[in-house]
Amino acid sequence: MAKKKTNSEDYLRMYRQMVRIRTFEDNANQLYLSAKMPGLTHMYSGEEAVAVGICEALETRDKITSTHRGHGHCVAKGAEFKEMFCELLGKEEGYCRGKGGSMHIADQSNGNLGANAIVGGSMGIATGAAFTSKLLRKDDVAVCFFGDGATAQGLMYEVMNMAALWKLPVIYACENNGYSEYTKTEEIAAGSITARAEAFGIEAHQVDGQDVLAVNALTTDLVARARKGEGPFFMELMTYRYHGHHVGDINREYYRSKEEEKDWKDNRDPIIRFRGYLVSEGLATDEDLDALNAEIEADAEAAVKYALDAKYPDVSEVDMHVFADIKHALA
Amino acid sequence: MREITLSQAVNEALAEEMRRDETVFIIGEDVAEAGTPFKVLSGLVEEFGTGRVVDTPISEPGFMGLAVGAAMTGSRPVVDLMFGDFIFLIMDQLCNQAAKTHYMSGGKLSVPLVLRTNMGATRRSAAQHSQSLHALVAHIPGLKVAMPSSAYEAKGLMKTAIRDNNPVVIFEDKLMYQDKAPVPEEEFLIPFGEANIKRAGTDITLIGTSSMVQVCEKAAEILAAEGVSAEVIDPRTIVPLDEAALLASARKTSRVIVVDEGHQSFGVTAEIASRINEKAFYHLDAPVLRMGALDVPIPFSPALEDITVPTPEGVAEKARLLVRGEMIDAA
Repeated sequence: MAKKKTNSEDYLRMYRQMVRIRTFEDNANQLYLSAKMPGLTHMYSGEEAVAVGICEALETRDKITSTHRGHGHCVAKGAEFKEMFCELLGKEEGYCRGKGGSMHIADQSNGNLGANAIVGGSMGIATGAAFTSKLLRKDDVAVCFFGDGATAQGLMYEVMNMAALWKLPVIYACENNGYSEYTKTEEIAAGSITARAEAFGIEAHQVDGQDVLAVNALTTDLVARARKGEGPFFMELMTYRYHGHHVGDINREYYRSKEEEKDWKDNRDPIIRFRGYLVSEGLATDEDLDALNAEIEADAEAAVKYALDAKYPDVSEVDMHVFADIKHALA
Repeated sequence: MREITLSQAVNEALAEEMRRDETVFIIGEDVAEAGTPFKVLSGLVEEFGTGRVVDTPISEPGFMGLAVGAAMTGSRPVVDLMFGDFIFLIMDQLCNQAAKTHYMSGGKLSVPLVLRTNMGATRRSAAQHSQSLHALVAHIPGLKVAMPSSAYEAKGLMKTAIRDNNPVVIFEDKLMYQDKAPVPEEEFLIPFGEANIKRAGTDITLIGTSSMVQVCEKAAEILAAEGVSAEVIDPRTIVPLDEAALLASARKTSRVIVVDEGHQSFGVTAEIASRINEKAFYHLDAPVLRMGALDVPIPFSPALEDITVPTPEGVAEKARLLVRGEMIDAA
């Protein structure tokens, strides 16, 4: 584990947030498997230390952009289970009134500018959020989450170039989970990913994405420097997705072995590792953490039940929010 | 009243809005010292500085994406896309991101952004610098589309666009930048969705967009000399479209030609003609005609290029046939 923080409350909050993400995803997967959720979703399980380590280094006013695998970012930036499950089920009380769903969930009150179903599609948006910060002389920072697959999109290189030219307060956070959909990253990415950022003069770091304290320590440092105008920065977070590309990608041995999955789950799980650390350092007991887990599971169960029973939006909402100033676009 | 060029009108609108609102900025290729290849923006960087008149690398998707993110976080970007043909390069950021963000977020996020670009053939610029692609944009819900037909409209519509809380695309005809028109010294805005009756008439309605308004006015003069009274209407914005004004004119004259410089098939002329057919059918004495650019890539040779776009003589010829009651083509 990376260097210690002194505030055990911070540690317990990080643990709690990681467990909340895992629990949210377990419930979302069950909703899919039991055919209670419309459409598909992409699980963040296994990558919790990335979202939590980063978002715990941010303030509410700081912005993030998220991906199709975005539930973890949303929870980590401060979202509530109830509104999230409502959104996944297309209900009126969802964060986006059911209009976005899993792949577009956004929570602007906590600075989450939204998940994006176009791989790499939010890189301009995060860079633009950092541009606003500079234009309006604020010191807010933007973090752009994206996967290794998105490094194959040209947009990334266009906006990194501009961010570097203009010293924008943006941090590009590449979650390298080893797979670009159904293809190994090594088959789609030539050379080094961090070297690509370095080619623009952007300081780049590779970090163990299963170590929440390492991620948090690095991000805390980079955020402070970005606020002072030393950005942009690039992080490659080495991590792993436990599920397939999406919840329906179940028979996946043709691209990934069960042994490999088992190895990551047994030996590099971010929650198990951090729990062991908390207990061994005397920051919490197993009983404390079991109680916390049980509380989170109960919260999730209640939120799922609430969302299943919640109302769908009225059909009159179909042409609302097409334009910001026109109540019904088709009226 | 004083007369200024369309180019000066756009420049004045931008300067006035940038003085009024410090969140407005211009971004694009060669917008600062160069003032764009058409010199529309000359002088703005001297007043507002390079922080608000931002020269970019040749990275259209990158700066368009950046503008979307800036708009989502409190800025009001005016994106300068040097040629309308380059809109194909930014389609994801414009149509998947900017157009859908307000809807996908259930109204929580908005994208107050202006994309100014151009259209228009007969400049001997060949197939990749001569297209009129506004129909592509108008097809996507969530985008407003303005098409100024003179310096007056260029100024009033630009100011309205900048204050609009939605993404607005303005297509300026690049052959009209030096055309002068009366423009008041005092401030004015032109509301979206209000057509302008340029010339009243009783025998036939000529609906024209952008430079085709001039074509329709010239056709109306030709027809007037022959005793045919043509009404000329400029919708000014095609999204929102002032359907009521177009239908009222169609009901009055009973004959309509829709003239637009986009390719004729699947275009703006087809949409307007169809709405008139659906909603004014029993008032019509002749089929509603479409006149757009020929369905060919715009050729370089002047001998070929000039026959691709509607002309006053061509419009007058079709109008005569309609007024005489001669059935046309398949009708």
